[in-house]
Amino acid sequence: MTGILPSDILRLTALSKSFLDGFHVCQALADVSFSVQKNEIVCLMGPSGCGKSTVLRIIAGLEAADSGTVQSGDCLNASCVHAAMIFQEHGLFPWLTVYDNIAYGLRLRVRSGKEGEIKETVTGLLALMHLEAFTGSLPHQLSGGMKQRVAIARALAIQPLILLMDEPFSGLDLFTRQELEDEILRIRNNYHTTFLFVTHNPEEAVYLADRIIVLSERPAVAREIIPVPFPHPRDTRDPGFIGIVRQITGRIRLKEEDVHQD
Amino acid sequence: MVIHHKILKGMVIPLGILVIWQIIAMHVNNSFILPGWNEILPFLLTPLAPLFGGPSLLENSLVSLERVLAGFLLAILIAIPLGLLCGWSDEVYTYINPFVQMIRPVPPIAWMPLAIAWFSIGFGSILFIIFIGSFFPVLISTLDGVRAIRVLWLDVAQTLGATPLEKFTTVIAPAAFPFIWTGLRVAFGIAWMCVVAAEMLPGTSSGLGYLIMYAYNLGQIQVIVAGMVVIGIIGILFDYLFRAGQSRLFTWQGKE
Ligand SMILES: Nc1ncnc2c1ncn2[C@@H]1O[C@H](COP(=O)(O)OP(=O)(O)OP(=O)(O)O)[C@@H](O)[C@H]1O
Ligand SMILES: [Mg+2]
Repeated sequence: MTGILPSDILRLTALSKSFLDGFHVCQALADVSFSVQKNEIVCLMGPSGCGKSTVLRIIAGLEAADSGTVQSGDCLNASCVHAAMIFQEHGLFPWLTVYDNIAYGLRLRVRSGKEGEIKETVTGLLALMHLEAFTGSLPHQLSGGMKQRVAIARALAIQPLILLMDEPFSGLDLFTRQELEDEILRIRNNYHTTFLFVTHNPEEAVYLADRIIVLSERPAVAREIIPVPFPHPRDTRDPGFIGIVRQITGRIRLKEEDVHQD
Repeated sequence: MVIHHKILKGMVIPLGILVIWQIIAMHVNNSFILPGWNEILPFLLTPLAPLFGGPSLLENSLVSLERVLAGFLLAILIAIPLGLLCGWSDEVYTYINPFVQMIRPVPPIAWMPLAIAWFSIGFGSILFIIFIGSFFPVLISTLDGVRAIRVLWLDVAQTLGATPLEKFTTVIAPAAFPFIWTGLRVAFGIAWMCVVAAEMLPGTSSGLGYLIMYAYNLGQIQVIVAGMVVIGIIGILFDYLFRAGQSRLFTWQGKE
């Protein structure tokens, strides 16, 4: 095992995880190891049900690994990794306004009398995500894309070390999705945020990622790490781009076919 | 305009019944069987006048209302925390739920003899009946509310740093609140029925239920009908207040 590199913001080592499903033990992760560096966008891909969400949930502290470690700086287990997570469904609190949703995490930390500081942060995030016009709206008054913008702002508000995103745009139409993908790149450039991003869409992965990690079918092992060497903004019609999309599609399909054969 | 039409259409049947009532009353011409509205209305229009040398219609209404509010508040104070606790901990739920399901089908008024034995006739026993009547709707709606909370909201709260107690105060409680409110509305309706029924039993000496029974003994059917009208009006009024609160407080409900 290599030690943690100075540029690594997160390092997973030999994670394994089984679920007890009735009387049946289902092993989701067998041996997942990879690292994410500061200011990097890493995409996590793999066949359906291979354990991508489980990896993110372990990092976020929502699930405990059976064995293996999650390292981040001096922190040696997931409970102290300062991560925020964006889910496929926005998960906004429907009873709070856009402003109060974004302020939610800040109010948990900054106990009282700091409403001025909170306001400054939230106002900045509203501007960043182009949400100023919706400050006082309730989530049900927003479109799907707007909701996911609020969810991103809410996660950024706690200044996480890494932003975990679990198929965040898969419920959106193509145009909104492309818009939000560009927002991710913009946030990464301006705020040096680090992303670990799960997606089913190879084009999305190649458009965003610095590296793409392909998990095997269940129980998952992370063997293949595919770097994407193109500078941003990327041209989706570039032959090199298309080549990597094909390569990834092939890898994932191959693994799914293996599963179907046995 | 549309709303206006709906209200007008809704008034057709009640007004029709009033007219038919009045026609039949004039034919029957016997106020022990069917008093005309010309005999009933004077009581409704002078709610402050003493009745049968005792308290007025308004005073009797206030007594009933006071009893309902006391029993209702007592029930809320116990049922909501208990419901939240049950929804929060499966362990507590497992212990409490079968008991709740066993007691729930017993009509509140069937408790009256026991209530009298335990608390004697009067305020104590009536309070107990109202408590029983409103406790279960509030408890059950609180349970439903807590069980309907989406795990996703709790996961989001946790990733943003909420402690278990903060998850309770910032997610579970606000998410369950609309359900609890519906329970309050149902419970108030039941409590209002319970108070009138309990006051009709022998031994009470005030309240709308008492007034109705007393008027019955004196053969004053006009007063009985006037009392029934007041019971109906108060019931509708509170139901309206609860519904107005609902549309104002929970615009988000059912639209996530
Ligand atoms: N709480 C749980 N209880 C039982 N089994 C679970 C649980 N969570 C996940 N699993 C199982 O673990 C495996 C991996 O699940 P996971 O959700 O991580 O996959 P995924 O790669 O995110 O899938 P998808 O592409 O469909 O989002 C699946 O077989 C799933 O059924
Ligand atoms: Mg998943």
